[in-house]
Amino acid sequence: MNPFEKRSLQLNRRAFLSKSAVGLGSAALASLLGMRFWQPGSAGEQAASGGIDGVLNALHHAPKAKRVIYLFQSGGPSQLELFDYKPLLNKRRGEDLPESVRDGQRLTGMTSGQDSFPLVGSQFGFNQYGQSGAWVSDLLPYTSKVVDELCIVKSMYTEAINHDPAITFFQTGSQQPGRPSIGSWLSYGLGSSNENLPAFTVLLSRGTGRPNGQPLYSRLWGNGFLHSLHQGVQFRSAKDPVLYLNDPAGLDRAGRRRMLDQLEKLNALERERTHDPEIESRIAQYEMAYRMQTSVPEVMNIEEEPDHTYQMYGPDSTTPGTFAANCLLARRLAERGVRFIQLYHMGWDQHENLPGAIERQAKDVDQASAALIMDLKQRGMLEDTLVIWGGEFGRTNYSQGTLTDTNYGRDHHPRCFTMWMAGGGIKPGMVYGETDDFGYNITDKPVHVHDFQATMLHLLGIDHEKLTYKYQGRRFRLTDVEGHIVHDILA
Amino acid sequence: MAKHIKKSRIFLAGAATLALCLLLAYACQPASEESVALGGNALPETVDFNMHIKPILSDRCFKCHGPDPKTREGDLGLHTEEAAFAALGKDDPHYAIVPGDAEASTLIRRINSEDPQEIMPPPESNLTLTDYEKKLLTRWVEQGAEWKKHWAFLPPDMPMVPDPENQQGVINEIDLFVRATLEQKGLETNPPASKEALIRRLSFDLRGIPPSIEEIDAFLADDSPDAYEKLVDAFLDSDHYAERMAIDWMDLARYADTHGYQDDFERTMWPWRDWVIHAFRQNMPYDQFVTWQLAGDLLPDPSLEQIIATGFNRNHKITAEGGVIDEEYRVEYVADRVVTLGIGLLGLTMECARCHDHKYDPISQKDFFSTFAFFNSVPEKGFVAELNGNPSYAPRPHVTLTEEEMTDVVSFIKNRDSLPEIELMVMRDMDEPRSSYILNRGQYDQPTDQVFPAPPEAIMPMEAKPNNDRLDLAGWLFDKDHPLTARVAVNRLWQQVFGQGIVATPFDFGNQGALPTHPELLDFLAIKYREGGWNTQAMLKYMVLSATYRQSVTASDRELEVDPENRWLARASRIRLKGEMIRDQALAASGLLTQKVGGPSVKPYQPEGLWEETTGGGGGSTARYVMSEGEDLYRKSLYTFWKRTVPPPGMLILDAPTRDLCTVERQKTNTPLQALLLLNDPQVLEASKGLAYRAWKEVEGTPSDRITYMFRLVTSFRPDEEELAVLTEYFQTELAAFGDEKDRAKDYLSSGMYTIPEEVPTETMAAYTLVANTIFNLDKALTRG
Repeated sequence: MNPFEKRSLQLNRRAFLSKSAVGLGSAALASLLGMRFWQPGSAGEQAASGGIDGVLNALHHAPKAKRVIYLFQSGGPSQLELFDYKPLLNKRRGEDLPESVRDGQRLTGMTSGQDSFPLVGSQFGFNQYGQSGAWVSDLLPYTSKVVDELCIVKSMYTEAINHDPAITFFQTGSQQPGRPSIGSWLSYGLGSSNENLPAFTVLLSRGTGRPNGQPLYSRLWGNGFLHSLHQGVQFRSAKDPVLYLNDPAGLDRAGRRRMLDQLEKLNALERERTHDPEIESRIAQYEMAYRMQTSVPEVMNIEEEPDHTYQMYGPDSTTPGTFAANCLLARRLAERGVRFIQLYHMGWDQHENLPGAIERQAKDVDQASAALIMDLKQRGMLEDTLVIWGGEFGRTNYSQGTLTDTNYGRDHHPRCFTMWMAGGGIKPGMVYGETDDFGYNITDKPVHVHDFQATMLHLLGIDHEKLTYKYQGRRFRLTDVEGHIVHDILA
Repeated sequence: MAKHIKKSRIFLAGAATLALCLLLAYACQPASEESVALGGNALPETVDFNMHIKPILSDRCFKCHGPDPKTREGDLGLHTEEAAFAALGKDDPHYAIVPGDAEASTLIRRINSEDPQEIMPPPESNLTLTDYEKKLLTRWVEQGAEWKKHWAFLPPDMPMVPDPENQQGVINEIDLFVRATLEQKGLETNPPASKEALIRRLSFDLRGIPPSIEEIDAFLADDSPDAYEKLVDAFLDSDHYAERMAIDWMDLARYADTHGYQDDFERTMWPWRDWVIHAFRQNMPYDQFVTWQLAGDLLPDPSLEQIIATGFNRNHKITAEGGVIDEEYRVEYVADRVVTLGIGLLGLTMECARCHDHKYDPISQKDFFSTFAFFNSVPEKGFVAELNGNPSYAPRPHVTLTEEEMTDVVSFIKNRDSLPEIELMVMRDMDEPRSSYILNRGQYDQPTDQVFPAPPEAIMPMEAKPNNDRLDLAGWLFDKDHPLTARVAVNRLWQQVFGQGIVATPFDFGNQGALPTHPELLDFLAIKYREGGWNTQAMLKYMVLSATYRQSVTASDRELEVDPENRWLARASRIRLKGEMIRDQALAASGLLTQKVGGPSVKPYQPEGLWEETTGGGGGSTARYVMSEGEDLYRKSLYTFWKRTVPPPGMLILDAPTRDLCTVERQKTNTPLQALLLLNDPQVLEASKGLAYRAWKEVEGTPSDRITYMFRLVTSFRPDEEELAVLTEYFQTELAAFGDEKDRAKDYLSSGMYTIPEEVPTETMAAYTLVANTIFNLDKALTRG
């Protein structure tokens, strides 16, 4: 990164001058901004190619992962149709969920009024795959071919039973809004390794399973109380891939350059007059904006990919804004050093007509998710890229609504659900955790949402108890006051 | 790229070798905690408990030796005098603190220990003390370890007004307090700002919009001694003032036009917002303003206006997510009211005591739920299914405003859609109060001991009243001995005009909050505000009349070095404008602004698809963004429809809060997304076009004359020779570049609905528009200095 901008970004507050003189106070400001000078061996090691450094002077331990691609399956995918094979549910289909199994679990208002809770097994077949012998549903033919790259965690659990609090919990560590999201924490802690792209990018797609299911909220990629440089930047398939990115009609690049040059001259005059260091930062931000105007379209231009890439990611990948196209884009962002790439695929909230919906929904994501793993592997990037696949909770083992011969639905279930992770220091070819034969309770190795978050940070070289930000008198962290690293799943 | 690198070299060489020294100095700093105590490197002669010691104890020790008994270690508490000086250890009696004897004090021994088993704070806490802090603690013990109650929990005490040496140009007591401190710091006050700077500063601070050229010229021409005071009076007595005050109050009251969770349905709370504007316009005394909002419904024979005011406590989010547990969310709403009372009115982080006793302040979990009990008897539901698809439905309790009332008793409600009636959420208590309990871990389904309405006792006990209701709570807040209410309120007003509060953490006056830079001045102002009848305009006027407020911004190298954050006020601060002000400035300068007060929120330009791509298909009127038409595109930004889950992107980029929770301080950041917004947002481009045409139409003369006019309209300053030369040359270059490319010029002028009359030469207008857009992006335009 050019030292001029780097300096300005880092010293983005007028208070920067205080360090040499007073020796106090500016560390606070630096951490407010989440920026520090790059030092050899620090978290900003990748920043050799430019970028903004994070607040961490040095990582807490050697990292296994340098970046994360998080394929969030919004709405709560049914683990019972995808990964958690429970033949008992097929045998006892239609029988009521025994009270001894339910054991006081609170129900959402959508099924708490039901007279009965008829058990229902997956309508889709399961087989074992790979050397690990992991069970995978027939709905995921491509994923089944890469199981030896995955660590499938069947024993995830959460505290929330509804979407809004559950997604907010996964993405920020708290059920109620207001905290920074995972990507913001990483941007704050680790900085960015590309001077021309934001450290935290967000890609949205709408599923075909239940197209009008449940919504998303921009606070899921919000910076909370961290500096707004750490907010997730949505990369959209719209005309403006980043909000307000394109110059207006009638203004070409040379014209934009001319304007910025005048702006800089005039701002420099103001700086001379007022001695306000903030003005240098302003000039630098305009230059960064100018560079983003080139770097963002360049990364979004997937047309330059060869045909075999599209074949790998599947036919949807040629349509901008689909999950498959976003997976391909995620790989391109990862290649360019973006720290945290957050995908959201909507449509997993299948309360009714689940068999048809999940079949379509699984087809949306199966091929591209597997392709992303293979693509990263072929490029030698899987070993330091952590890929995560999963939703905010699981689904019940009983039918919501009437169970018929061919149809059923499932309500939200927080007590157990499945996620998978791959690459970036995760043990490949592993199935972790067990649930009971009813697929209702965890029987072995439970993993709480905060445990998952702690483990993710650990892989990135961060001690989850040490990446903190003091706000309103309290040191906040992603994992709140909980979280244990799941050492068993580390490579 | 080569070009930029070259530029940066020039900069580094030219601007300051200091920068390089800094690089080195900074890199050598260990990654330790910054000190929380006030002061510099030199130890103070007399160590003060509140200024120097308590911040350290609170930040590094209270976690295990603080107010929460459940997490207290080794039986040692450092949060009260009694606990801190108590004998420790049965077999081996010792004391943490032995006044006057550092060596005998276990605390001093352990903070200086090198044994990981011994050292405090222990390594696993991830907390450390700096050498400076250790020395401070040691000296404090040596000097006798004098203990004082936390400053903010003692009632304000009328201080002696200091008598500094330099009293030249002093206008009121503020200047005497500030100069006394400056003299201690060896700093000197700046000369007064230019009249242009002053009118711009005042206009934004009090009105949120730039001054018009007529206003500037009139002020420049007015040589009378009270010219400035007349300006202050005129600005205060305006709708703009009321609207500008409302913006901050809407942040505090977490106002929004949607319910905030999941599908985020529309709600109708704008009549409450109109009431807020009305109240500011009337200069309603602060005690009345707050009392009505907290308890208007409990006043004897309450008026409709008093009931509308209570909408304050219904601005929190409400869920209609299918399947949520009703009680879980009802509890959430009640807790939100406690949080808002804490952050907004008390300057206390009450929410920290929801799950356990507060770790830093004397607020127990019982205190949290006793305060909770004041707000717990509202006949409301947590899950409100009726919201689905019915934007005019207001969850109960609500009041119905008739068309007749809106043209009569509450005519300040601008019922622009001429609705026959409007339902509005308000507060009401059930005849039989709901029982309140301490909730274990703050969870709705884990009630333990029953509690009764009472505010935190350690702040100030409340006399038992027959009802112990919200009205009594309001009475407690405005008791003349209340230590926080007045300080917190004047501190926010100070922040409004000086850029940051005397207490830099307006949301936290507790042990973890910032210490006041001018504690006596804060008390002086708090008492003045209270004694003066909580007169907000009078207080603002008093502040902006001070010489301290009227200084210039220019900072000397020494000032930047000694006081980069301008805590000691040897100069005025340059402050980046709020998002609303930046957009409103563009509308005002271009002449596009629609000046109408109140009414339903409007939907100006927004990039396509933002609501659509996140909706789940529900949401009714908030599923798709339907842009407003005509003059509604040009209303002030405080009237922009606020969808909580997808707030207006331009406002968010410019640091507006999401309105999920009570907020009393915004960030002031500087990011590339802000640059993109101001360069390419159709709203700014349209305003640029409007400004260009306005200059064309209203000024006859050379391009320089027109550019001067545009420059003044936006920045309030006349461009100096150099600035004018740069812009004029830029205009000529762009005009030449358009050459005969009329179509390109036309394209550039195509943003927004506003069109320039055909007869105006397109290329010329396009070139002026580029200049206008450049002016809108100047640092000078984005700040008030």
